[in-house]
Amino acid sequence: MEDLLRALTSSDLAEIVALTLRVTGIALIISTIIGAPLGALIGLSKFRGKSFVRALLYTGMGLPPVVVGLFVYLILSRSGPLGSLSWLFTPSAMIVAQIVIALPLTTGLTMTSVESVSPELKRQIAALGATRSQAAWTILREARIGVTAAIVAAFGGIISEVGAVMLVGGNIAGQTRVLTTAIVLNTRQGDFSLALALGLILLILTFIVNTALMKLQGR
Amino acid sequence: MTLYQLRNLQHRYGERTVLDLSALDIAHGEIIALVGPSGSGKSTLLRLLQFLETPTQGSLLFDGILSDHALPLEARRRVVTVFQHPALLDRSVFDNVAYGLRLRGVPYGPETIMAALGRVGLRDYARVRAKTLSGGEAQRVALARALVLNPIALLLDEPTANLDPYNVGLIEEIIRGHGTTTVVLVTHNTFQAKRLADRVGLLLSGKLIELLPADRFFNAPLDPRTRSFINGEMVY
Repeated sequence: MEDLLRALTSSDLAEIVALTLRVTGIALIISTIIGAPLGALIGLSKFRGKSFVRALLYTGMGLPPVVVGLFVYLILSRSGPLGSLSWLFTPSAMIVAQIVIALPLTTGLTMTSVESVSPELKRQIAALGATRSQAAWTILREARIGVTAAIVAAFGGIISEVGAVMLVGGNIAGQTRVLTTAIVLNTRQGDFSLALALGLILLILTFIVNTALMKLQGR
Repeated sequence: MTLYQLRNLQHRYGERTVLDLSALDIAHGEIIALVGPSGSGKSTLLRLLQFLETPTQGSLLFDGILSDHALPLEARRRVVTVFQHPALLDRSVFDNVAYGLRLRGVPYGPETIMAALGRVGLRDYARVRAKTLSGGEAQRVALARALVLNPIALLLDEPTANLDPYNVGLIEEIIRGHGTTTVVLVTHNTFQAKRLADRVGLLLSGKLIELLPADRFFNAPLDPRTRSFINGEMVY
């Protein structure tokens, strides 16, 4: 309890929590804006190579964050193709890494939830005179529980990951330190109580965000 | 006045011909019932009449316009189908009934929706979540959702299958009050066809065996297969 109070009153904590929410929030919003429509489009379309796209997405869902971090590191490093951006060891690099982790989740799970809307309903929507875009929007809305689950899964995946943000962010105090990397640091320093307290704060934050998402879902 | 005119129409799924009609005319304002065993092509025909599919071969004219991919959206929207299993959106009953109007961008007031719900005896259900309705209530909502669009053609695919006699009676009463709307009713139930239709046609293996005024179809059919079907004998 004492450690939790120490953690809560720490001057760095607000900064760490704010950065955690900013990085994860921006990554989640971008991956949802791209992933939900893309997943709906793939889910509603029939095209050659769809099985291959599906296999790629499913593989993407299981990408080890540390591997993502390594690739993003290499791309953003000074000698990498995007080295001129000078994003390495900044929150921007962390956001990029988290988008790469979250995008297959938002896209793939939206695709499966759209596909699981009953064929009878899809046929009825067409028979009521919906255009293709109207039908797509209606089906996406019908699949909102699955789409919200996709966002929740992506949020859970990126707020809790440590490997990618550690590699590309560097865990620099006051600049790229987030809750997970702070937990790792405190554990290494033997300050288990503070690490546990930070873990508890991470859990509480996750609970609050997930509850808000469930409200949006209408549950 | 002919609403649908089908000529030398064939529809195939791969190598399999599921519909093969030399000629079929459906007039404005009539109720036509199509009977036949499962797999005879009744539902396929409805999908073509709803423009959900385009015939593999032959022509389908709707109100004088050739039905193909270029059929204007406005023309497509004058036809509505109610399927055997009412597929309702996970919204309120009110929103379900209003859905087609919203798609069309037609301005409407609550009284329009309430009047449609009144026609199917569900005025008090407007705020109820559609997923909580019984099968009969859901089918009546599906019917209200179609009727509120005031379609030129209403296609009904086994609309009362699996419903209790009370709901069957209600739905048949609504169909009888179709006004100027053309109704194409697909049913296994020959008694229902007899009760409702102006003309009745028998489909077997994708072919229209005959299409006659209801009285003649049931009392003096020309084809022995029709007589066998009416008498409940296996002809397929």
